[in-house]
Amino acid sequence: MLNVGKIEEGFVLDHIKAGKSLSIYKHLGLDKLDCTVAIIKNARSEKMEKKDILKVECDINTLNLDILSFIDHNITVNVIKNSEIVQKLPLSLPKEIKNVLKCKNPRCITSIEQELPHIFVLTDEKKEIYRCKYCEEKYSDTDLL
Amino acid sequence: MRHLMRPLDFSVEELDRLFELAEDIEKNPEKYAHACEGKKLATCFYEPSTRTRLSFEAAMLNLGGKVLGFSDANSSSAAKGESVSDTIRVISCFADICAIRHPKEGAPMVAASLSSIPVINAGDGGHQHPTQTLTDLLTIRAIKGRLDNFTIGLCGDLKFGRTVHSLINALVRYDNINFVFISPDELKIPEYIIEMLRERNIPFRETRKLEEVMPELDILYMTRVQKERFFNEEDYVRLKDYYILNKEKMKLAKDDMIVLHPLPRVNEISVEVDNDPRAVYFRQVQYGVYVRMALLLTLLEIKV
Repeated sequence: MLNVGKIEEGFVLDHIKAGKSLSIYKHLGLDKLDCTVAIIKNARSEKMEKKDILKVECDINTLNLDILSFIDHNITVNVIKNSEIVQKLPLSLPKEIKNVLKCKNPRCITSIEQELPHIFVLTDEKKEIYRCKYCEEKYSDTDLL
Repeated sequence: MRHLMRPLDFSVEELDRLFELAEDIEKNPEKYAHACEGKKLATCFYEPSTRTRLSFEAAMLNLGGKVLGFSDANSSSAAKGESVSDTIRVISCFADICAIRHPKEGAPMVAASLSSIPVINAGDGGHQHPTQTLTDLLTIRAIKGRLDNFTIGLCGDLKFGRTVHSLINALVRYDNINFVFISPDELKIPEYIIEMLRERNIPFRETRKLEEVMPELDILYMTRVQKERFFNEEDYVRLKDYYILNKEKMKLAKDDMIVLHPLPRVNEISVEVDNDPRAVYFRQVQYGVYVRMALLLTLLEIKV
């Protein structure tokens, strides 16, 4: 089995659905960071059979938890200091997300007014449904920016 | 400061107060004739809608206020590329309240978020048209004396008709409403509305034949079956006559049943029905003015 070493300071995103790590890497903007990032795909997991893991060696404050929660709030966020887990951050669905999704409704005002922020609001917590703040179009998987 | 963006922005209690005010306006118009003196309503209509715009303007004029505005995008600064966000900030300097109609969904919401005056959504694409719903509710309440305990038939284009969807969403907040959906298969009520009714245990049934259900109805809400919704001419020709309300069909209805229609009517209600006292669609237009008067007073926080 492949071994990836411990990180000294930073955070580990564990229990990512297998195959989702690259998408999370992109949406969290990790590609723009000048720090060590390890992307582990298809790691063995008792709970999930297969999972992805992201290890990031930088300050936890650079992480946008809202985006992460929106993508998958079942991910475990471990904060690492001196190579030890010092905190587990709980994720919950954000009430509102800004400029993460793009409204695809061609009749929406955001389709003609480019400067408007794309805001989606959580309208049904149970069913995890987000809707465009302006036209109320439902979010779908293809709407991620 | 409040805006009106969606039919459900007001709670049932707030709607009761609004309708009480509208009914008082109907009875005592002179009492309100100067209530908005010195106030101006801007009607910003980015697409033409003569009836809605004139209804708003009549409402403000009846209250002694003044109106200004534009009636299509080509005669406004939008033609020069100005955004809704900029236009509303400019209009806020000219008027005390604004009614906006726009072909893009959510445009009034953008306006409201930046406006320093109350904004009323006067229709945004196929999305929302809250003052039509308020008009429908006031008409039912004023004529039937209640907004609960009745069977309402909704007939025609139930798939795309936003007035129908809004009205259903508004009526489910009242007790003991029984829905009957009358439409061709091609224009049936959307599944998400059916699901909502099931979840709330609200009785409903679907049928293709208007005659069958006429005797049960307390209210019949007619809409237009639009030719452009059909894939082929044949289907349209086959189905359109199902839903023409005429004298014969009216004979099957209760004596105190009422017929509503958001207008414009094309041929779905035969003109021979117009003189039937149960045909209230032109009175409905009048109630539209009263409810808009009550809305202007409420949003401007003017007490008479």
